[in-house]
Amino acid sequence: MTRDVARQAVMRKKTIMPETTVKSPSGVNRVPNRGYGRWTPFWFLAPAVLTLLLIGIYPTIFALVTSFRRYNIARPREGFPFIGFENYASVLTDSTFWASLGTTARFYITVLPIEVMLGLCIALLLHKTGMGFLKALARVTLVVPLATTYAVVGLIGRLIFNRDFGVANQVLNTFGFDSFDWLGSPAGAFAAIAIMDIWQWTPFCALIFLAGLSMVPGEIEEAARLETSSKWALLKHVQLPYLLPGLTALLILRSADVLKLFDMVFVMTRGGPGSATDLVSIYIQRVGFRIFDLGTASAQAILLLILTIVISRLYIRILYKEVQ
Amino acid sequence: MRLSSSTLLHALGLAAVVAFSLFPFYWMVAASFKTQADILASPPVWLFTPTLDNYRAVFSDSKVFGAVGNSLLIASATTVLAVLLGAPAAFALARYDFRGKSDLWFWFISNRMMSPIVLALPVYILALQTGLLDTHLVLILVYLTFNLPIVVWICTDQFKSIPPDLEQAARLDGADQFTIFRKIYLPLGAPGIAVSAIFSFIFSWNELLYALVLTRRNVQTAPVVATSFMSGYELPWGKIMATGTVIVLPVTIFALIVSRHMVRGLTMGATK
Repeated sequence: MTRDVARQAVMRKKTIMPETTVKSPSGVNRVPNRGYGRWTPFWFLAPAVLTLLLIGIYPTIFALVTSFRRYNIARPREGFPFIGFENYASVLTDSTFWASLGTTARFYITVLPIEVMLGLCIALLLHKTGMGFLKALARVTLVVPLATTYAVVGLIGRLIFNRDFGVANQVLNTFGFDSFDWLGSPAGAFAAIAIMDIWQWTPFCALIFLAGLSMVPGEIEEAARLETSSKWALLKHVQLPYLLPGLTALLILRSADVLKLFDMVFVMTRGGPGSATDLVSIYIQRVGFRIFDLGTASAQAILLLILTIVISRLYIRILYKEVQ
Repeated sequence: MRLSSSTLLHALGLAAVVAFSLFPFYWMVAASFKTQADILASPPVWLFTPTLDNYRAVFSDSKVFGAVGNSLLIASATTVLAVLLGAPAAFALARYDFRGKSDLWFWFISNRMMSPIVLALPVYILALQTGLLDTHLVLILVYLTFNLPIVVWICTDQFKSIPPDLEQAARLDGADQFTIFRKIYLPLGAPGIAVSAIFSFIFSWNELLYALVLTRRNVQTAPVVATSFMSGYELPWGKIMATGTVIVLPVTIFALIVSRHMVRGLTMGATK
């Protein structure tokens, strides 16, 4: 019985109306028999959505509420009274908070161009024909930095950039430069965390660009190679259009990642020396969990969240055009 | 002649890529086999007599052992939960049309951008109030905030590639939606589910911020313990690097298994 109905529905769908609505004999539009009820999607989605509401949205609302309170758990006697926008006012006039955002921006501007250029070079090397085995090997090893535990990257950084026995200074000495107190000086510490970030994320850029390069239709690339011997012209006129979506994704994703960046920097420098590597996540963590001023830290986190939402809307708007 | 010199350059370039990718990793592994004297040598030594003392120290340290156990338990549990909750949601997103679908989908994706510090603060307060602080459960749950979106995304993609004819045929046989999901989509989507599970495991295993903030003595994870060795006057470098190797090795192997999907997993499929 149900089988017949289903078969008829399928037949009707195939032969008469491929579209979503089927006109019944009475001429009234009705929902086609899709084989599931109105609530079916709900039952499949409910567990995941409810879980995310409970563990993602509820704490976020809680943070929003906390951001309007005086909430210092190191001083519980004062209670947690509502104080309106006082936390926001103090955050927005807090020069250290702005400085940490500035350091984060400076970090992004420092590492991203290097990662993009190096990544592009690596992608071009991997795209070139020949060297099958070595190419496969290089392709596989690129995954190693990406998978390395961020905290362990920090540990490795502490070893490599050690003033007395680090290999970074050995390299400097080999090229005739003096040893340098990397982690003990503001510029050195900033450079050290930048280098570790470049090590970890250049492969990501390379793999994205490699995917873009392999999207160029073979015959177009061949024809262009016959036309010109200049690799630069090939890159600029033929390959670049295929690289741009990946580049856009990188610019946005990496900006979100730098705002998130915590583990590696926390292990390597804890934001120091001074405030040289005090990225925004490190600063908020310190306000929340060293000073225990959770009200102020929540206000900072909410501001960071707003920034993140803007970035992710941008990402979706630009990169998932076809879906919308 | 010109050809061979360009081939040589190509080979050198690729060799440089391999060296670049592996050097820090190699340096850690090498240090884990060095004696403290070799590690503290200035300038650093490249050739040395390997020792297993650091690994003996690591494996006889109950703190490291317990931490690796905690990491294993937490990462596995959160991965299983993410797949159990995420795969049905992915099925709904791949197969059904309903109002608000794209908003829901984008909400899942936006979670990828979220900074953990935003959630760490309120979750800390809530865990403190409910007595969940320093339990496995709180980390298992909070890790779902980034694992669930990954599972949903990768599985949606995988389920969409399953031809709808199969589903129609099953419906003719009277199969209900849950049976279709269980008998057709789960087995045929298994590769995607496996990839998403591996990603989920890697990200949970590697996480530090939540673990640092939400645990005390009982459920410290492996990265927390490794970083905790980094205090004091004379650092046990060999032991630290051996711990680091023990932490990184399993996830590196996992990552190599899913290396073809790495970009997809990290960009949430914005680039193919």
